Amino acid sequence: MQNDTYLPILVLLLGAIGFAVAPLALACLWAKKFSPAKPGKDKNAIYECGLEASGDAWVQFKPGYYLYAIIFLVFDVETVFLLPFAVSFTGLTLGACIAMLVFLLLLIEGLAWAYQKNVFAWT
Amino acid sequence: MDEALKIELGKQGIFATSLQELYNWGRKSSIWPLNFGLACCAIEMIATTMARYDLARFGAEVFRPSPRQADLMIVAGTITKKMAPQVVRLYNQMPEPKYVISMGACAISGGPFKQGYNVLKGIDRYIPVDIYIPGCPPRPEALIEGFMALQKKIDEQPLTGSSRPRHLKADEPSEFIVPQFGAHDLEPSQNPTVWHAPLVNISIAGKDDTGTA
Repeated sequence: MQNDTYLPILVLLLGAIGFAVAPLALACLWAKKFSPAKPGKDKNAIYECGLEASGDAWVQFKPGYYLYAIIFLVFDVETVFLLPFAVSFTGLTLGACIAMLVFLLLLIEGLAWAYQKNVFAWT
Repeated sequence: MDEALKIELGKQGIFATSLQELYNWGRKSSIWPLNFGLACCAIEMIATTMARYDLARFGAEVFRPSPRQADLMIVAGTITKKMAPQVVRLYNQMPEPKYVISMGACAISGGPFKQGYNVLKGIDRYIPVDIYIPGCPPRPEALIEGFMALQKKIDEQPLTGSSRPRHLKADEPSEFIVPQFGAHDLEPSQNPTVWHAPLVNISIAGKDDTGTA
């Protein structure tokens, strides 16, 4: 029969599920029969290192960090492309050169925008 | 099962056990301590886990940094009153079954700082202690001895019946009062369900053992 070839996979699948479920089921049974669950205020606390949690986890961060990272990318990407650009500069066509300068200009425009928005002043 | 029969079966190559023995064997062979030290005793505790003394031989090399995964709290060092609430809270956060080793003079009674204003006079005022290891600090051999005593204690705990340990009884607490800072001292200054002040009967003190109640 054709379907017989899939039988080993089914057996393996059942074995895998059993391997995962059996310990959990045994633990559950053990808890029911012998070891009662004892939840409590401290045990159910979110923070677990002896101190009580204070305040809210939804705190706000300064957007300054975000802008800093973005502007770092301007220089980062520039460097990545400027190195091969400089190496093959003499062999480039005029079109490639202009494309590269436009790319540079776009990035520098971002920098100029940030400068005009007064992002560099860390307040 | 009869103990003599079990030994006889073992000689014939048949290994017989009970659920209780299997359970206790599993627990005593994998006691994971809480990764937690308070003062100089902790240095001895660290030395115990290292290659020379090698606590790993007893299945206890896995020091857990989270109380959620720990079985054993080794109170290793001076418990200042500032630290006591955190120690009790950590104990409360450990899952059952949990055990406490009170290591060193400070954890037992306050040690050399007993007369001081800022040191707790023994962690057993707030949480139940299973093993006391005296010393200042106790050597790693002493900690290993205490650890083996705890293993022996675990091995003898029954699974059913009225003498079964605390964690198997549904009505006994798993959490204990966390002390708060009061105007002069921790409040409460001890947990009355765990600890009673030893009362000395002055008139008969020193004459026989009943002098202390």
